[in-house]
Formats: sequence, C-alpha cells, structure tokens
Amino acid sequence: MTFTTLQDDQYNARVDLHHLAAMVAEGSRVLDVGCGDGTLLRILAERRGADARGIELSQSGVNECVAKGLSVIQGDADSDLVFYPDQSFDYVILSQTLQAMNRPRDVVEHMLRIGRYAIVSFPNFGHWRIRLQLLFSGRMPVTKNLSYSWYETPNIHFCTIDDFTSLCKEIDAKIDDAVALDRFGIPVRTELPRSLWNFFGEQAVFVLSRENR
Amino acid sequence: MTHRTVSDTGQRNEATHPSSAVVHFGAETPLLLEGGGQLAPWSIAYQTYGQLNAERSNAILICHALTGDQHVANVNPVTGKPGWWETMVGPGKPFDTNRFFIICSNVLGSCLGTTGPASINPATERPYALDFPVVTIRDMVNAQARLMDHLGIETIFCVAGGSMGGMQVLEWAASYPHRVFSAMPIATAAKHSAQNIAFHEVGRQAVMADPEWRKGRYLDEGTRPEKGLAVARMAAHITYLSEQALHRKFGRNFQDRMAPTFSFDADFEVESYLRYQGRTFVERFDANSYLFLTRAMDYFDLAKDHGGSLARAFSGSKTRFCVMSFTSDWLFPTRDSRAIVHALNAAGASVSFVEIETDKGHDAFLLELPDLFNTTRGFIDSAARAKGLTVNGVPTP
Repeated sequence: MTFTTLQDDQYNARVDLHHLAAMVAEGSRVLDVGCGDGTLLRILAERRGADARGIELSQSGVNECVAKGLSVIQGDADSDLVFYPDQSFDYVILSQTLQAMNRPRDVVEHMLRIGRYAIVSFPNFGHWRIRLQLLFSGRMPVTKNLSYSWYETPNIHFCTIDDFTSLCKEIDAKIDDAVALDRFGIPVRTELPRSLWNFFGEQAVFVLSRENR
Repeated sequence: MTHRTVSDTGQRNEATHPSSAVVHFGAETPLLLEGGGQLAPWSIAYQTYGQLNAERSNAILICHALTGDQHVANVNPVTGKPGWWETMVGPGKPFDTNRFFIICSNVLGSCLGTTGPASINPATERPYALDFPVVTIRDMVNAQARLMDHLGIETIFCVAGGSMGGMQVLEWAASYPHRVFSAMPIATAAKHSAQNIAFHEVGRQAVMADPEWRKGRYLDEGTRPEKGLAVARMAAHITYLSEQALHRKFGRNFQDRMAPTFSFDADFEVESYLRYQGRTFVERFDANSYLFLTRAMDYFDLAKDHGGSLARAFSGSKTRFCVMSFTSDWLFPTRDSRAIVHALNAAGASVSFVEIETDKGHDAFLLELPDLFNTTRGFIDSAARAKGLTVNGVPTP
C-alpha cells in the first residue's frame, strides 16, 4: 500500500501531505491507513502534535516506520480495519490509496466507523488530461503521476471526483470539506465552480463524517 | 564471571549455588501460586547489566525462553559460551547498557538458581522433583514482580522477550499494566496451540520413558535421564528451525562418509547435528525443569484468564507494544502475533507490528538479523523519547 501516484518522498516537498496534515486538529488521535514510509505520520506527530499511528501493507514500509520509532502495524486495510473499535480515533486518513483497495466502499465505511472524521485523498480519473489521452490515443492513460501500464498497476479501482461524491451520498457520508489539487498538491482556483473540479483537479481531498453523530 | 567446565555437577551447582545474584524470600514472604498453594521459602537468581538511574526509570526486564537462563550477556557459567542475547544486549547494542539497566532473572521452575524441581524441598531436605508445584507463566511473572519490588523498581521501562519469554511479556502487560511502560513480545503467542502442546507432550513422554528418570527421583538416586531428555531436545530442536533452514544447512549430506553404511549410525549430517544438540542439552539442563516449564507454556491462555477475550486482557492499557514475528517460524507463526495485534487494536492500545522475512525459523529471534536490531532500536529509542529518559542529563537521541 505504498504511494503509487506521488513520486517525490522528500519530507518538505510533499505539499499534498502538509495540506492533509493542516486539516487535522492539534493533538488529535490519527490513524493513517496505508502509511507507506511514514512521512505523513512524522508530519502529523511533529507539526500537529498528533498521536499518529499507521497500517501499512508492505513489510519494508513497516520495518522502515518502526525503525524510525513510528507506531505502525503490518496489515491490510481491506481485512484489518474490522479489528479497530468504533470511534477510537479522531481522524482516519487514506492518502492516495483508495484506488488500490479491493473494496473501497467498505474501507471508507470502516473509516467513518473508526474515526470521527475520515480524510480521503485520491487521484482524479476525470482530469482533462486523462480524458484527452483516452479520447485521442484510445489506450489506458499513463501520466506522470499515474505511471503504471494497465497490466501491472496496483490501482484497480480508479474513480473521478464526481464518482466519489456520489459514493458519499450512497453511504450517507457527510462531506465536511473537499478540495481539488493540482499535480503539485496545490489547491486549484477555488473560485471555480465545483462542477469543474472534476475536470481541472488532478487529485482531490475529502473530509467526511457521519451526519447522525 | 568465572568459567566453569561443563560437567554434571556444574549444572547441579548452578541450581543450588548459582553464579548470579540471588534474592531469598523466607517463610514469611511466600509466593502464592495460580494453581493454589504457595512456595516458601523461595529464591530468584538474576543478572544485571548497566546502571539504574537516580529516577529508577531506565530498567529493561528481559524474559528468557524455555531452556534459556539469566545469563543474557555474559559467559554462561555452565556451558562457557557467550550469553544467549549478547547480540542484542551490550554497550551501543539495541538494548544499550550505556543507557539502560538490564535485568534478566531465571524463571520459576528452571534450574539456574531460581527455585525449581532441582532445588531442595525444605520439608524433606531432598530435591523437590515432582513434589514441586506445577507453576504457570503468571507465577513466573509474579516472582519477577517481587524481584522488581526488591530492586525498588516500580515502573519498568521495557519488558522484552521471545517465545516463552514473550508469553511472560504479555502476562506482565496484562497483570501489571501500570508497571510496564513498553513491551516487546517477540515470536510468541497469547496461547499455546494444540500442535505445540503435542510436541511438548512428546518431549515429556521421552523423559519419563527413560528408566533413569526414576519417577523424577533421579537426583536422589544418582542417575540421569540423559537419553530421554536428549530425545526431547532433538524433537523440540526441529520445531525451532524451518524446513528451508534444515535443507540449506544439511540437505541430504552424509556425515564424514561418502555412502550410507546400511546401519542406524548417524549417516546424515542432520542426524549427527541433532544428536549433538541432544547431548549438549542434557549437560546443562535439568530434566524435571523441562517437564515443569513445558507444562507452564501449555497452560498459557491469556484470553481464557480474561473472560475469553484477549482484548479485555489489555483494555485501558497505556503500554506501548512492539510485536514481532518471523516468516518461517511455524512454532509461533505470524498469525499468532497478528491475533495479539488485533486484540491490542481492539483495546485501543499503541502497537507496532513487524513481520521479519527470514528462513531461520523460530530461533531467528536469537540470531543477528538487521531487521530485528533496527526495529528494536527504533522502538526502544522512541519509547525513551516518549518517556523523556535522559542519559547523564542528555535526552535520548
């Protein structure tokens, strides 16, 4: 469950992760699902004073995290989230990993059960460059940020911003905040109507909660 | 530590006159046992390394495995070999004796100076043998807690151990949550599996089938059930390795010969190796201790002690856990560690979990593996930062 779309793992260069971290209230309890090498966990602990924990599928990622002193377990989000009790974290974060889940809908529902808020970031398959590639080349899009060929990609469940919005509706998740980012992780012009985010956003970040809580 | 020659009496001397520090508890301070009854008087033998700081906050308790002992990082007085975890414990090592005060005590029921079946029963003035009470992992931990009281250590910075040592770590965290700041259960399980109980039973039956065992009274009668104990060790030793490791080490190689002898000699290297393992084991271990300690492991079932829920054993725990398993360990496979991790998650505890890739089987936790070292170092150092431990006034790096 390593990051599959963002190549640059430099702590300070990960603008998107700093954006995610900024959405987390100081001193919160945070679970990062698919925490990779632990960059976001470190940012959360050091800049937000969070009690940050992670789950990571790859053994090398976990070993790296624990050797850095981060609280991370080796596990699979698709099968292991079920073991976390209800409302045991303030935030559950799924950063650039939704598209690699076997059952993304179940994962998001578990996140909403475990955390008060779920923060989900994902690459937007509705971005104009991807649409144009498919339209003109007639082949599966391969971009700088989505660099895998169709036969080897771990990304098995791509969606667009509009797709994700309708999933939220289906599972009764309240969208507390949403932002579309460009390829560098910088928010796209906010004066754009939301209907155009699906066209211009290369990635998106959603903050979700349960309405009835 | 003086070097002693390997001898029959060497091991027996260590049982009654250990080359370790010993705390004696008199008749007025009995150890109450889980199975009912009590032990009094009783003794606990231990080794320490490094210095306890003024706040008494830098103690690491290491729990040893079934046939291990308290000689973690010094020459073993019985075998003359290096300590069993010298790779992990020492100056600059993951359990850094420059920064931490490391304690390891011989477990209750063993034969290196803590009271066990080879100790003298004050009621009869003969070795206890089978009159020794069947002790449990919890009894071992309660005995260690009394040692910590004696040393004036209220909160232990870290309790760590592999295999049966890992069971003690889990029991410590469940029985004394407020006294354990961090815990490292390695290659272990919250309950002994049916398969593991089965292997232990084979070992015990091998010991008891040896006519020299004399219904446990071999020390009185001047005999030793060497053959039975050696067979027990040979069977157990196979479970500590992996199929791949055996194949890599020995394959079908012949021992000092080019062709089979068409006899029951140790034709194969692997046979010769196992015979050697059995032979050296009987020189350093008491057969009755082996019966009692394997029994203690069999009885271990932490969830059962907490209403059938392992999560309940850890509920409200503030202890920081680091669970480790090894890919080729089939005695305590990763799924056992994962069950512990899931329970800790359900209890809302802070837990890290690393599965280390190796073909070396269960014994991997005793070997020099970079992933084991790096994980331990990272976990210990971050726990030291979280606790605000300082060394000579300097915070942990």
